[in-house]
Amino acid sequence: MAGTGSGLEKLPGGILVTTVEKLANWARKGSLWPATFGLACCAIEMMATGAGRYDLARFGMEVFRASPRQADLMIVAGRVSQKMAPVLRTIYDQMPEPKWVISMGVCATSGGMFNNYAIVQGVDQIVPVDMYVPGCPPRPEMLMDGILRLHQKIMAGEPRAKLVLEPAATTREA
Amino acid sequence: MPPETTQPPDLIQPVLTGLRERFGEAVREVSGHRGEVTIELATAHLVEVATWLRDDPSAAFTHLSDLSGTDYPERPDRLCVDYHLYSREHNVRLRLKVRVTVSDPHVPTVTGVWPTANWHEREVYDFFGVRFDGHPNLVRILMPEDWKGYPQRKDYPLGGVDVDYIDAHVPPPDQRRYRGGWTST
Amino acid sequence: MSEVAPERDRATQSQLVQEAVVPPGEAHDLPAPSAAERVTVNERRAQQVLAMGGGDWAEVSARAHAEGDDDVMVINMGPQHPSTHGVLRLVVELRGEEVISCQPVIGYLHTGIEKSIEYRTWVQGVTFVTRMDYLAPIFNETAYCLAVEKLLGIEAPPRAQALRVLMMELNRVSSHLVWLATTGLELGALSVMLYGFREREEILDILEEVTGLRMNHAWVRPAGVSQDLPDGTEERVRSFVDDMRGKIDEYETLLTNNPIWLERTRGIGVLSSEQLVGLGVTGPMLRAGGIAHDLRKAEPYCGYEQYDFEVPTFTESDVYARYQVRIAEMRESLKIIEQVLDAMPSGPVMHPDPKIGWPARLALGPDGLGNSPAHVQHIIGESMEALIHHFKMVTEGIKVPAGEVYVTVESPRGELGYHVVSDGGNLPYRVHVRDPSFVNLQTVPVMMNGLLVADVIAALSSTDPVLGGVDR
Repeated sequence: MAGTGSGLEKLPGGILVTTVEKLANWARKGSLWPATFGLACCAIEMMATGAGRYDLARFGMEVFRASPRQADLMIVAGRVSQKMAPVLRTIYDQMPEPKWVISMGVCATSGGMFNNYAIVQGVDQIVPVDMYVPGCPPRPEMLMDGILRLHQKIMAGEPRAKLVLEPAATTREA
Repeated sequence: MPPETTQPPDLIQPVLTGLRERFGEAVREVSGHRGEVTIELATAHLVEVATWLRDDPSAAFTHLSDLSGTDYPERPDRLCVDYHLYSREHNVRLRLKVRVTVSDPHVPTVTGVWPTANWHEREVYDFFGVRFDGHPNLVRILMPEDWKGYPQRKDYPLGGVDVDYIDAHVPPPDQRRYRGGWTST
Repeated sequence: MSEVAPERDRATQSQLVQEAVVPPGEAHDLPAPSAAERVTVNERRAQQVLAMGGGDWAEVSARAHAEGDDDVMVINMGPQHPSTHGVLRLVVELRGEEVISCQPVIGYLHTGIEKSIEYRTWVQGVTFVTRMDYLAPIFNETAYCLAVEKLLGIEAPPRAQALRVLMMELNRVSSHLVWLATTGLELGALSVMLYGFREREEILDILEEVTGLRMNHAWVRPAGVSQDLPDGTEERVRSFVDDMRGKIDEYETLLTNNPIWLERTRGIGVLSSEQLVGLGVTGPMLRAGGIAHDLRKAEPYCGYEQYDFEVPTFTESDVYARYQVRIAEMRESLKIIEQVLDAMPSGPVMHPDPKIGWPARLALGPDGLGNSPAHVQHIIGESMEALIHHFKMVTEGIKVPAGEVYVTVESPRGELGYHVVSDGGNLPYRVHVRDPSFVNLQTVPVMMNGLLVADVIAALSSTDPVLGGVDR
């Protein structure tokens, strides 16, 4: 609402004033398009989240994009194997800025119960993660809670996550 | 402790008799356990025995159900390949077994007998390093192609990482002491 | 090579397999292709198809490039792709819209489960196997537990067996529903996707009520199941079964005679019975090809011989026939579920031997966790020996006599086999899983030849691959 003493009181009624940044954040969070990155069990719960009962469309997110170039959110749903890791990073790099990452489930978050040679022990070693959702697999409600919290972060203009272990080869975000 | 041995089921007897008659020198050992029959074969005779088992009407093992590798590091011929056969006609199962050493891990391929062995053999090669001679495309299947080592051999480490909790430190699963008493540190 | 490329028509599937299989005996000789099918076989292509290899993108495209085939495109589908059912990667060679070759590349979800199990106790192994084929967790658990029980030389109590059957059949319906939903989604039938997941949620509610989790239950345990049915579940299952019959009719109304569905599925991805047998295919794909083989009938386990059900079989061996088999199987599963409920035996759900059975008789509490206040009272307040026994059972686990077994169950995708080796200790020595998707995926290069690119998805999804099981 228009404040007082700033000259804004001269505006006609029914007009809202905000900053461009806030407007952009509001638009971003209102139609966050996820890239499909279903990997394992969590992918099935991610699909269930998009389906009838949980209906992710309520939050403007039903459009799972096949092409990373049309997506601004990557939901890493499942365990990331050593063979998959380079693919995952490539797809992340193909997504346009600004982009966010949700690590869904314990396997993506920390390797979970698969503490072995085959699984990357946490996807945050490869891409910066903005929101971790625990569970094995997380229920659709938990995923939605993670998404809504990410919405809040975006709305508040909080800075995006950075890689904890910066790989030597990348030149992103010094 | 050796596994208890039981008599093989009646249905499989004609097959065993036929095998002993034709391939007496190929059959190293016949054992039964929990109603399952295992025939250990000399590696060189694997394909001819397999072909006979598939084509002979008394056997008719047309379905190669599974092909799996196992590593027994205490044995000199430590790598073991099991062929789990199933005959739809007679509704019986049979396991063939061959053993090879790590220095000479060559087993003839059975892709010519059961085409389904293709991916199975690649998997055993991937995880145990058994070379299947004559296989059409023996490359790694599940691990990345530039992977070093054969992960499911017993001397290959599990490869986990340490996990730190608040006030606790948990080593990777293969360094926790389970066998003969369990401790959490 | 580049001058006037010879007319390179597609190799028929039977020719390709004929070349691949090279059967030494008579049993698998394939019939000669009919005159209508007679086309020139490109040997290079045939070899490549048969390799079924992880031949890499660079290699395949370089070869196509070197030959100067401008009209051949090499398309890489996946491993991240919405229509490849998880992280399957397909390297497809196309001429125009026609598929010349198609190679699946797998391993992008390799989890090292088989090795991890070797470092856990026998009971903990259940939590790993349930995460392999994540659409059929109960089947994985049951097959693993049957293998452990076979090694132990015991059988679970009758009530536990019946409960396993009940849960497996519910799980089969839910797995087929996901198949129907995703296949519908990929072929553009979006309503089917919403319907499939709608009914699946009903099943997941029941599974959650019984096991505490929607997926990855770890509910079946060696020597029994972890907890009995809670009150009221039986009525819930019955009302679900009544409901579900009408829902299956609904899917059939939508799809069975739908001209678009027929157009997309009829005559696509045909496999001959020789190919099916040679490539070791099992499950609905086999039964859609006219071979009525079902392990529930052939080698009954968990008391399947008591129940009266049909093995639906079709002969066309195309995507449509596989759809029909799965729909019919759902109806049969509902029949079995009702029979299990009618004849549910009473008694314990865990083997009474204290050296084998889990010490506590758990019941699902309101918090969704299995618990047993009476047992806690007993070991904490009354008996030091019971506490020691509980501690040893939970930490060390059971000891399983040495030996090896191979146990199979009929999962929604086919024969799910567990080769389990024990050295007599408290940890599994080796667990190898024969996953039906792994084997059935080998048919992809054979099925795809000569299809149009739009049919690739239909043919692929008719194999119903679950990559968690394929890669393990």
